[in-house]
Amino acid sequence: MSKTAFDAALIVRWMTVSAAAVDREAGRLTELDAAIGDADHGSNMQRGFTAVVKALETEPPATPGAVLITAGRQLISTVGGASGPLYGTLLRRSGKGLGEAPQVTAEELRAGLQAGVEAVARLGGAAPGDKTMLDALAPGVEALAVSFDAAAEAAERGALATVPMLARKGRASYLGERSIGHQDPGATSSALLFAALAEVAK
Amino acid sequence: MKMLINVPETVVTDALRGMAAAHPDLVVDTENRVIVRRDAPVAGKVGLVSGGGSGHEPLHGGFVGPGMLDGACPGEVFTSPVPDQMVRAAAAVDSGKGVLFVVKNYTGDVLNFQMAAELAEDEGVQVASVLVNDDVAVIDSTFTAGRRGTGATLFVEKIAGAAAEEGAPLERIEALARQVVGNSRSFGVALSACTTPAKGSPTFDLPAGELELGIGIHGEPGRERRAMMTSHEIADFAVHAILEDLDPRLPVLVLVNGMGATPLLELYGFAAEVRRVLDERRAAVARTLVGNYVTSLDMAGCSVTLCQVDGELLRLWDAPVETPALRWGR
Repeated sequence: MSKTAFDAALIVRWMTVSAAAVDREAGRLTELDAAIGDADHGSNMQRGFTAVVKALETEPPATPGAVLITAGRQLISTVGGASGPLYGTLLRRSGKGLGEAPQVTAEELRAGLQAGVEAVARLGGAAPGDKTMLDALAPGVEALAVSFDAAAEAAERGALATVPMLARKGRASYLGERSIGHQDPGATSSALLFAALAEVAK
Repeated sequence: MKMLINVPETVVTDALRGMAAAHPDLVVDTENRVIVRRDAPVAGKVGLVSGGGSGHEPLHGGFVGPGMLDGACPGEVFTSPVPDQMVRAAAAVDSGKGVLFVVKNYTGDVLNFQMAAELAEDEGVQVASVLVNDDVAVIDSTFTAGRRGTGATLFVEKIAGAAAEEGAPLERIEALARQVVGNSRSFGVALSACTTPAKGSPTFDLPAGELELGIGIHGEPGRERRAMMTSHEIADFAVHAILEDLDPRLPVLVLVNGMGATPLLELYGFAAEVRRVLDERRAAVARTLVGNYVTSLDMAGCSVTLCQVDGELLRLWDAPVETPALRWGR
């Protein structure tokens, strides 16, 4: 695993790179959501991450944990839908897991994110295989034990693996069998976060 | 796609500005997206707050006023509002007697209202929540997020609102709201998909000559597609789907609800067919409401909701109400 030490600035950079990725992929996220949801995942995530970047610029938090807590709060306050509370909880709980240290190791970051992913599973009452963001988050976090690149790849594979799944949670679950054959938009945006993390961890 | 809008980003704010202009009895906070009745908080009265995505107008802002909701929080189009809005609304309508959140069973609404309830209680507001899940089109609900909340929301908001207006305590209002949910079932059909302003094209493909059975109110496709049916056949299908799950031993309230793009001429014709089926099944009809109340933007189609009512629920349904979209008896 990477020897990189993560300070607040690096985590801010993770959030900015994530925001840029969400911006770039917003159209695709919305298209995916149109197939099995209600066609707004891209614009909702865009609105949330724009607020995150703005908040981090206005009052840059001093520790990696505080950066993630601030980002999570912004998402809860701006995104709406299920993605707001779920992504907000992911970042907020991950941030809380990091504590108040001014720098964290890659291993500490992994443990923090692990706590965040577990909180998402509890809040949404979902498990991997339900065709949700957890299908990217769970393998991503697991592969963090190997490397950041491995995590990004695992999350991306996890998102692709949602295509043949039957949705059991969220709005797509109302489609029953007709949810099969479409990639889950939440898993897709989750994979973007891991890709952004791998990019800034280099 | 032509729409009467400026840009998609300001659709909700622009609509709130219009509501403020049209309804001086409401206080419309366009910035924070909270609508409350002008006399809130009403002393000694439990506050009723509901909310959900925009695009379902008049739900929920159109139901704010004496006898119904005290406050409403509209989210982005088809997106749940955020907890900050709900906490703000709860604080604005709480007279110290507590607040009831009326929540439709969609994951986003449930999660955001859950967070809002915790935050509001931190601020000293007593909160109870009721989850509306009336849509019989959702099968195998143990394998999904559960039945959706649709037309019954109107019955819950009206009946619980009447009880709150009479000064009933929070526990009683919560119990009444749960009773209405338990007594209500809905089924919806779409003749066309809707177009969200952000996407600008229909959210699903529905060829001419076909209809979707069992749709929700967010432009999500239903469970089944068939060749176009007559109003007579649709009423048979929808009411039978409901009666498979609800055997009314009491008279029913009937809501024939338009999804946004179906004219009243068609809705009234459909209401006649719904009445015919209920008469054939010997279900007594207490009241019938026909109109666009829980819509899905420009979707063509309708939903039917039945709620079986005892004397007390019917009395509360008939109680005076004065809101932009529902008004009688005052």
